[in-house]
Amino acid sequence: MALLTWFRRRLVVIFGLLTLGYLLLPNVVVTVFSFNDPSGRFNYAWNEFSTDAWTDPCGVDGLCDSLALSLQLALWATLAATVLGTTTAFALARYRFRARGAVNSLIFLPMAMPEVVMAASLLTLFLNTGARLGFWTVLIAHVMFCLSFVVTAVKARVMSMDPRLEQAAQDLYAGPAQTFLRVTLPIAWPGIAAGALLAFALSFDDFIITNFTAGSTVTFPMYVWGSAQRGTPVQINVVGTAMFLVAVLVVVVSMAVGNGRKRMKA
Amino acid sequence: MRDVTETTGTTAPGDGGDVRLSGISRTYGDFTAVHPLDLTVPEGSFFALLGASGCGKTTTLRMIAGLEEPSSGSVHLGRQDVTRLPPYKRPVNTVFQSYALFPHLDVFENVAFGLRRRGVRSVRKQVRDMLDLVQLGEHAHRKPHQLSGGQQQRVAVARALINHPKVLLLDEPLGALDLKLRRRMQLELKRIQTEVGITFIHVTHDQEEAMTMADTVAVMNAGRVEQLGAPADLYENPATTFVANFLGTSNLIEAEVASTAGGEILVRAGGGGLGVPAGRCSAPAGTGARLLVGVRPEKAALTLADEAGRIPDGRNRVTGVITEASFLGVSTQYLVDSPAGKGLAVYAQNVDRDPRLAPGAQVVLHWDRAHTFALDAAQDIEAGVERVEPATAARTEEAPGTAGNPARAGSTGGTGGGVKEAAG
Repeated sequence: MALLTWFRRRLVVIFGLLTLGYLLLPNVVVTVFSFNDPSGRFNYAWNEFSTDAWTDPCGVDGLCDSLALSLQLALWATLAATVLGTTTAFALARYRFRARGAVNSLIFLPMAMPEVVMAASLLTLFLNTGARLGFWTVLIAHVMFCLSFVVTAVKARVMSMDPRLEQAAQDLYAGPAQTFLRVTLPIAWPGIAAGALLAFALSFDDFIITNFTAGSTVTFPMYVWGSAQRGTPVQINVVGTAMFLVAVLVVVVSMAVGNGRKRMKA
Repeated sequence: MRDVTETTGTTAPGDGGDVRLSGISRTYGDFTAVHPLDLTVPEGSFFALLGASGCGKTTTLRMIAGLEEPSSGSVHLGRQDVTRLPPYKRPVNTVFQSYALFPHLDVFENVAFGLRRRGVRSVRKQVRDMLDLVQLGEHAHRKPHQLSGGQQQRVAVARALINHPKVLLLDEPLGALDLKLRRRMQLELKRIQTEVGITFIHVTHDQEEAMTMADTVAVMNAGRVEQLGAPADLYENPATTFVANFLGTSNLIEAEVASTAGGEILVRAGGGGLGVPAGRCSAPAGTGARLLVGVRPEKAALTLADEAGRIPDGRNRVTGVITEASFLGVSTQYLVDSPAGKGLAVYAQNVDRDPRLAPGAQVVLHWDRAHTFALDAAQDIEAGVERVEPATAARTEEAPGTAGNPARAGSTGGTGGGVKEAAG
C-alpha cells in the first residue's frame, strides 16, 4: 500500500525519466562505443577500452573531408536560407499581394512532401538542365528545403510583433532603414535564430536529397552510410559524440548567459 | 448634430508654434473617420481631444504625428507645413496607447533612442536628467517588462519629452492604469507640462481626465468637433445634447417657449413654467419653439412638497416623486420622476441629510434660474449618454424619445465634485 502511494506520487517524474532515457540511450551507446577497440571491421560488439579513435579522429580515409564538406554546405545553406526565408517571411506577414495566399500554402510543401519524391524531382530537374552534379546542386537543394522552415519560424515572430513599436521608432526620428535595424530586426531576432539553427541541423544531416543530387561528392551522412556497408570506423562515433557535446555545450552556455543577465538586472 | 468648426485662441494663424489643422479629413473607403476639421492649438497649451471610441480623435492625433495621411487638408506647425513630412522628420513626439516601449532595450536606451537617432553624441546627462524628472533614476537598466504599468507610462513620457518636441501627442496614455494611479499620473503629467511648457495634445475618452488636465477641450463625436472651449465653459454651457450628456450628467426637459421678456425665456414643461436666461439658450426661441431645458444635477436641490413654501421665490420648480436614493459618501444621488420628465437626477452634498428624502416622498426639485440652459430640441435627447448595456448597442441606434432613462443617471457621481474644482 505504502509502495503504491510512493509510486503514485512520483508517477510524472518516473515517466519523465523514462522518456529522457529513451531519448538519450542512443547517444550513450554512440559515446560508449567511441572508446571501443573493435576486433573486426564492424564496431558493433564491445571488445576493449581504447582512446585511439579520439587521439586520431581523421585517421580514416575521407572522413574528415566529408565532415568539412558537410559543415561548409550547412553553413552556406543556412546563410542563404535564412536571408531568403527572413525576407519572404516579412513579405508574407506584412504585405497584401495577389499571390499571397498561394505562396503562404506552397511554402509548406517542402515540409509536407516525402523527401524521396522531392529528391527524385530535383535530380530530374538537374539532369534536364544539364547541371553538373556536385557541391552546387546539393547546396541549391539544401537551400530549397531549409527555406520553408526558416519562413515558418520567422513569420510566427513577425506576426506577433506590435506594429506600434515601428511607429514609435519612426516617431522618434528613425528613418525606414534605422527602424528596421534598430527595432524590427532585434525583435525578430529570436525567430531568425531559431530558423537558422533548424536549417543548419537539417542541412547537416540530410541524406536522401543529398544522395540523389550529389553525384560523386560525399557528405558526412553519405560517408557514414557508405562505411556502414563495409565496416564502421570508430572515428564516426567520435565525430557523433563530439557533435552531441558541442550542442549540449551551446545550450548550457546560452542558458548560463541568459540567467547571468537576468541576475544582473534584478 | 451641428457641424461645429471653430478655432481657439486669439493669435493670428501661423504664429509661433501653434498647431494648425486646416480642413483636415480622413476617409477609409466609404467610412469617414474625420470630417473636414479646422483646429488651432495655441503654443504651450494643454489641449484635450475628448470623445467615445471611434469618434475620430485618435485618427486626428495620428495625422498630426504623421502616422496617418490625411485625405484632404493640411497640418501646420507654426509656419511650417508638415502635411507631407514622414513622422521621423516632424518635430512631434507621441506617447502611445499601451506605451510601445522597445522590449529589447532597457529604460536608458529607450529614453536615449530619439537623441541617438538624431546623432546627439553625449546622451548620458540628458537621459539621467529626464529619468530624474519622471522619478525613474534607479530603474535605468531595467527592461520595460520588469516595470509596473505606471513606471512604463513614465518611461514612455520621458522617451518622448527628451527630444523637446514642439508638440507632445498623448494617445490615451493613462487608459491602462487603475483609477488611483491614473489620478496621480494626471497631476504628474499636468506638472510636467507646466514645467517644460511644451504644447500637449491629449486624446482621451475619459471626460473627467480631460477636464482635470486640459486648458482647452474639444469634444468629438462621429468624426466632428461638437464643441470646443475651457472645461468649465463646456460644462456650464453645453451647445449640444451630446456635450451636455457626455460631459457629466444633465437633466434635459422637453419644453415649449411660452414668452420672451426682459432677457428671460419662459417655457412650459409638463404643466409647469420654467425660466431660462436668454443668453444661455443656444437655439432660436420664438414663441411656440421647442427647446430642451437643462440643469446639472448638483445645481438642483430637493425640498419636501409640504415645505415648498420655504423655497425662495424666483427659482425654477418641478414637482415629483423620489424613485431612487443612492448614498455615495460625499453626496447622495436622487432620481425624481415628474410630469416634466422621468429620472431627473439631483446630487445633494451630505451636510445635513434629511431622512425623509426617501423613495416615494413627494418633493419639489428646484434650482436657480441662472443655472438653466436651453438647447435646440431637434436633436437626440440621449446623445452621449453613457450606456450601462454593452457597447454593442451602438450610439447610432439610439432613438430620440423618452427622457430620463434611469441609465442616464448612471454616470459618475464624482464628476460633479471634480468639475466644481475645475470651475472654481
